[in-house]
Amino acid sequence: MTDSTPPTGLTAPKLRLGLRDGSDDGWGYAPAPESTDHVELRDRYGLFIAGEFTDAADGRTFETANPATEEKIADVALAGDADVDAAVAAARHAYDEVWSKLAPRERGKYVYRIARVLQERGRELAITESLDGGKPIRESRDVDIPLAAAHFFYYAGWADKLDYAFPGRGARPLGVAGQVIPWNFPLLMAAWKIAPAIAAGNTVVLKPAETTPLTALKLAEIIRDAGVPPGVVNIVTGAGETGAAVVQHEDVDKVAFTGSTEVGKLIRRALAGSGKHYTLELGGKAANLVFEDAAVDQAVEGIVNGIFFNQGHVCCAGSRLLVQESVAGEVISKLKDRMETLIVGDPLDKNTDIGAINSRAQLDKIEEYLEIGEAEGAEPFQTSCPVPERGYWCRPTLFLHASQSHRVVQEEIFGPVLAVQTFRTVDEGIAMANNTPYGLSGGVWSDKGAKAFRVTSRIRAGVLWANTYNKFDPTAPFGGYKESGIGREGGLAGLHAYLQPEAAA
Amino acid sequence: MSERRSAAAADRLPVLKTHKVYVGGKFPRSESGRFDRALAPDGTPIANICRCSRKDVRDAVTAARAAQAGWAARTAYNRGQILYRIAEMLEGRSGQFEALLAAGGRAPDEAAVEVQAATDRLLHYAGWTDKFQQVFSSVNPVATSHFNFSILEPMGVVGVLAPQSPLLGLVSSIAPAIAGGNTTVVLVTGSQPLPATTFGEVLNSSDVPGGVVNILTGRRDEMLAPLAAHRDVDAVLLCSPDPDVARSAEIEAVHNLKRVAVRAHEDWADVQSPYEITDLQEVKTTWHPIGS
Repeated sequence: MTDSTPPTGLTAPKLRLGLRDGSDDGWGYAPAPESTDHVELRDRYGLFIAGEFTDAADGRTFETANPATEEKIADVALAGDADVDAAVAAARHAYDEVWSKLAPRERGKYVYRIARVLQERGRELAITESLDGGKPIRESRDVDIPLAAAHFFYYAGWADKLDYAFPGRGARPLGVAGQVIPWNFPLLMAAWKIAPAIAAGNTVVLKPAETTPLTALKLAEIIRDAGVPPGVVNIVTGAGETGAAVVQHEDVDKVAFTGSTEVGKLIRRALAGSGKHYTLELGGKAANLVFEDAAVDQAVEGIVNGIFFNQGHVCCAGSRLLVQESVAGEVISKLKDRMETLIVGDPLDKNTDIGAINSRAQLDKIEEYLEIGEAEGAEPFQTSCPVPERGYWCRPTLFLHASQSHRVVQEEIFGPVLAVQTFRTVDEGIAMANNTPYGLSGGVWSDKGAKAFRVTSRIRAGVLWANTYNKFDPTAPFGGYKESGIGREGGLAGLHAYLQPEAAA
Repeated sequence: MSERRSAAAADRLPVLKTHKVYVGGKFPRSESGRFDRALAPDGTPIANICRCSRKDVRDAVTAARAAQAGWAARTAYNRGQILYRIAEMLEGRSGQFEALLAAGGRAPDEAAVEVQAATDRLLHYAGWTDKFQQVFSSVNPVATSHFNFSILEPMGVVGVLAPQSPLLGLVSSIAPAIAGGNTTVVLVTGSQPLPATTFGEVLNSSDVPGGVVNILTGRRDEMLAPLAAHRDVDAVLLCSPDPDVARSAEIEAVHNLKRVAVRAHEDWADVQSPYEITDLQEVKTTWHPIGS
């Protein structure tokens, strides 16, 4: 492949198994759509400031759409500087006058209430998440919403136990936290940010992503209905400018950001010398290493889960597959077969494996990488499943024979695109895994326990999965080494991110 | 130029010491060939010291990186014994360090107290090497069938802007970094560099592998930015009460999202805790399935 060769488009695979669209072989799954009839969505959503929903001061709005249909769902208030000021002021007032004075046990009870109502309204939230963001209902129902509730439940219990957070030290909250979250796990990221912050005694101003604001605003309703004092949680919707106003606000004591490494560096730079606290949860390009002594079928499931979960819109996705050369043929052959069974389509259909790409912009970015990968000389493979005519879709894709110099190996694509490389020795595999400025996560597949422990201990990343992938839990700290971020979320380490140690308790 | 000492015999010419830097377990001069003078409080020159360049900084980072994996792979027990050995060597040379501190203007009794405190501080962190992991790591009770644990790992190569406290501050900034398995590049930029250059000799005779601690002397405005911006440095420990120093180094550190810890203390007497170690550690969470 040379520069003069135009991209020829991705070639159709020869092997086709289990066509499931019901179109031609009679063995497809009948559609199993989740009913949306009991989900109430308003035409217009306001900002949640000081316990009330309000329009933006200047009345501006933006649209949020369903990426599976490209249809508008609602108009959402676009917060400007004045609105962010009001939200931070509300958070400061609530911190000074109410939240920091409340008995820790009572503070915890509010957080428990939020967890319970999230569970009660779980179905509605799951459907809303899939409508607004495009993720398969199976994932929003079984992963996003239950984990969001679990985070509130876990951190609620810490509220009256902060004296045990730092051995030998006391602990106190930081004050007002400004938080900006991405669109890939909208409600779950809101939970990761809000739950530890308010349980530890801080108040927050949260900005959800502009393409997925709805579940955060439903969470605002839940927080209001739970009786949480006004101003403890404030939610301002908008795009990058709103987020910048939140993280750069003078009266914010702590910044928590989840998003790209590029934006994370801008934020880190803006915070230099301020003495403010910060946690950054940024990009990744994780290696998923399959050794010759792996259980191949399990490894293939893990590879699929690692890269195709949530359309690959996952910062810790296993987007680089490193296979030991002696088993590469078998693993890749089985992987292709398994990929052919994946169903791309309606996020609300319970049979769907891969939903809609979150936005036109993200789809454009992924498609640009598909062209780059082919132009650079990696060998593309894409499955043959049908995709709906409207909406944003990307079939599961491999780039075989990728090399370290390829951009599809080096850069975060944030889509269902897997770069495949091979290695010979354990040391070579580890070196390849670490050959990246990122260090968020990694996977290891081997039935030899000693080898799995050795390899996980030598990969420079914050989360390692041995013979599993993309598992999350509120008790388990999550976060990156190197340019994948600073600080942890989840577990005790995630609580530390919202506290400062004091002199001995 | 000498460390002023009273000559035992009036007719004997003392042997003067050349103060060099400590890099990779060796004592080179600055590649730049430049020097500065260490001065007594009254302004009298007492020694020449190396005025290191940004190339010296890069060479020291190379040495620190080369030593890092091996140092981190030492057992916690072994690192503890080596830190203990440093304390032994410092104790044995306490008179020399008292004289150096006195030459820099300390009253003799204060100098003795500082050397003792520095020795005890090394002992304190020697004892933490095999304990901080137990206190600060966790087994996480996840709701799925996995054995899940979070442990601390060293950040890697740590750049240290040493505090102006010439011995106690120096030891207090280096010891927790290396106790946790990091290797260090230490910039000594104050008016009293001689305890630091001599401490390199203590390290070199204490079984500390070459490259674990690298000590450069020179000027902050020449060395700090290249160290803070260096892409193969994982963290910087900025011991300076000047917020502008921290801010400019933090901005350099953004290139590779270095971890930054700032220590604004001028008095290091009480700066001793395991959090000095954990501030230079990463948390790694590992998941292993439980099942057949």
